[in-house]
Amino acid sequence: MKRPFKTRVRTLKIDGIDVGAREDETILELAQENGIFIPTLCHLEGVHDIGACRLCLVEIKGTSKLLPACMTYAEEGMEVITDSERLTAYRRQVLDLLFSERNHVCAVCVSNGHCELQWLAEKLGISHVGVPYLYPQLPVDASHSFYTLDHNRCVLCARCVRVCDEIEGAHTWDVTGRGVECRVISDLNQPWGTADSCTRCGKCVQVCPTGALFSKGKAVAEMTKRREFLPYLQQMREGRR
Amino acid sequence: MSQTITIDPVTRIEGHSKITIQLDDAGRVSSARFHVTQFRGFEKLVEGRPFHEMPSLTARVCGICPVSHLIASAKACDALLAVQIPPTAVMLRQVLNLAQILQSHALSFFHLSSPDLLLGMDADPANRNLFGVAAQNLDLARDGIWLRQYGQEIIALLGGKRIHPAWVVPGGVSNPLTADRRDTMLAGVADAIARIERTLEWYKEVFGHFDAEIRTFANFPSLFMGTVTRDGELEMYDGNLRIVDATGRIVADQVNPTTYADFIGEAVEPDSYLKSPYYKPLGYPDGIYRVGPLARLNLIDRVGTPLADQEWAEFRMLERGATLSSFQYHYARLIEMLFCVEKIAAFLNHPDILSDHVRARAEPNRTEGIGVSEAPRGTLFHHYKIDRKGLMLWANMVIATGHNSLAMNKGVYQVARHFVRGEKIEEGMLNRVEAVIRTFDPCLSCSTHAFGQMPMRIQLLAPDGEVLDEVRQG
Repeated sequence: MKRPFKTRVRTLKIDGIDVGAREDETILELAQENGIFIPTLCHLEGVHDIGACRLCLVEIKGTSKLLPACMTYAEEGMEVITDSERLTAYRRQVLDLLFSERNHVCAVCVSNGHCELQWLAEKLGISHVGVPYLYPQLPVDASHSFYTLDHNRCVLCARCVRVCDEIEGAHTWDVTGRGVECRVISDLNQPWGTADSCTRCGKCVQVCPTGALFSKGKAVAEMTKRREFLPYLQQMREGRR
Repeated sequence: MSQTITIDPVTRIEGHSKITIQLDDAGRVSSARFHVTQFRGFEKLVEGRPFHEMPSLTARVCGICPVSHLIASAKACDALLAVQIPPTAVMLRQVLNLAQILQSHALSFFHLSSPDLLLGMDADPANRNLFGVAAQNLDLARDGIWLRQYGQEIIALLGGKRIHPAWVVPGGVSNPLTADRRDTMLAGVADAIARIERTLEWYKEVFGHFDAEIRTFANFPSLFMGTVTRDGELEMYDGNLRIVDATGRIVADQVNPTTYADFIGEAVEPDSYLKSPYYKPLGYPDGIYRVGPLARLNLIDRVGTPLADQEWAEFRMLERGATLSSFQYHYARLIEMLFCVEKIAAFLNHPDILSDHVRARAEPNRTEGIGVSEAPRGTLFHHYKIDRKGLMLWANMVIATGHNSLAMNKGVYQVARHFVRGEKIEEGMLNRVEAVIRTFDPCLSCSTHAFGQMPMRIQLLAPDGEVLDEVRQG
């Protein structure tokens, strides 16, 4: 998504603090700039935001709706609240639903200890999941020669879809289905190893927040990911244009 | 009038089980059965998972002996990769396995069984625990706690944590050992040896008071199975199988353990979730055999470390052939603890132990792999089949405790027949029925942490279900 190219300054309040923002700045960016923590999961520096995970919801005075901080731009006179009982309850509920929808068995996951979902659950104080687990029977796609896709650990953040499309330019990944039937797919819903468009660059693996995408041969808790490269890659490309 | 006595749950063991004792019209024991009442299903739930997860996945079978599963599973995965793993990785895995055996044996001997040995089988159940031991013999309790802690600390220093370390991986281990950690482990060796030797002296003094128990605690002829080195020494990680009979005569020797399915059958019992493996040439149930410390010390030519060898020589004097009473599992456990510490020290002093070449990497090159090692309770088999992509198709795990299933059942019957009489239940006689199970140190997998607080209920039932007598604990 192209943002309006303007540099006018807006003044607003976040958690009671007066801040100044560029007009093209989201509340999430502004909060991060000012050292205010807002939980995120689908957001990824370097690709465009889609507001899918709803973890970054914030309260804005004058509107009864909660708005995703990653998709909401700063406006003059806004009063934003990033942390409240209501927000915490919603954020916990989002995580509850994510955990219950698939088989996130941290103890035996390749990303145990290096997982953003696990980190968020800890940060938001999730000690148990309040809704019944669905225990879906989901396949593991190990057809690729370098990487594995485990649907059991996927949270449908679509980071893989965006990085493959926007950075690598291959668009191997996409999503199919709706609701609990929604799945990440490669090419025309075929085994990843047979997807011709895949360049094997591995960016999708590196940006995946959980153990859904990982390098083959990794044992439990061994999969660490590198994400620093993304903003750099994007900057370089924009500079060349 | 025939009656049934149920001991449920069996206390001071690892896992959940119950015992039923059937009395005949004359009030004599007509049968006794040991039931394992929990169902796990690990072999099924691993299907479809990438095999690289298997060591840590199967380690979750148990919180007491996760390392044993890590080791056997990693060996099965090595077989799938079809690689030779670096020698330093082999040594590091061995240290981990020995530390596991050390801590598990300490738990079994001191925490679970020493109350019976120190305070007596008929002592007040309220005192028959480690606190009761501490009140009477503080040094004994301290030695037990210290030794278990020492084993657990070695596991933590190697694997990063005491329980469920993820350090053992297909192809080796994930990180090399550092000099300071090695030195920390070595610093405890002398103390550990002194404590084990002190306990051995104490045990040798007290076991004479348990003549009736020694005579009846699963004291019968059976085969014994375990792994040995090429020279017939005790080997916990990479040995070949040896089977001896009750006279100590070798029935089979240097058998490649990956051929286990040729000679071990697994019978399913109608009243227990624990399968009963048997030695195929003798059939079921005649092919009864025992594994674990007693079996291992019965079948070796020598232990292979100096101090443990001295103790073993004395142990061998107990009987002319193999030592048949399962009571002496306790004795064998202490000698093995000595072996573990001596062997750990030997590995840690090896010049290559700090090498950073600790992992071989490969894609899966075979679709079937079998890993076998000695767990604290006996020989452990992990057998996997994968597809070409490395996803699990099938798994079979023969757990050490399972091998002893037939022997435990027979032992329960033997003890019950000897000690349980009449219509009135006495706590001491039922404790002996449980104590024979404790000698085997069965790991009915995990969840022992809640056992101390769980009530034990024993009911004496008439055939029509009428409760004739009842004893409650806890």
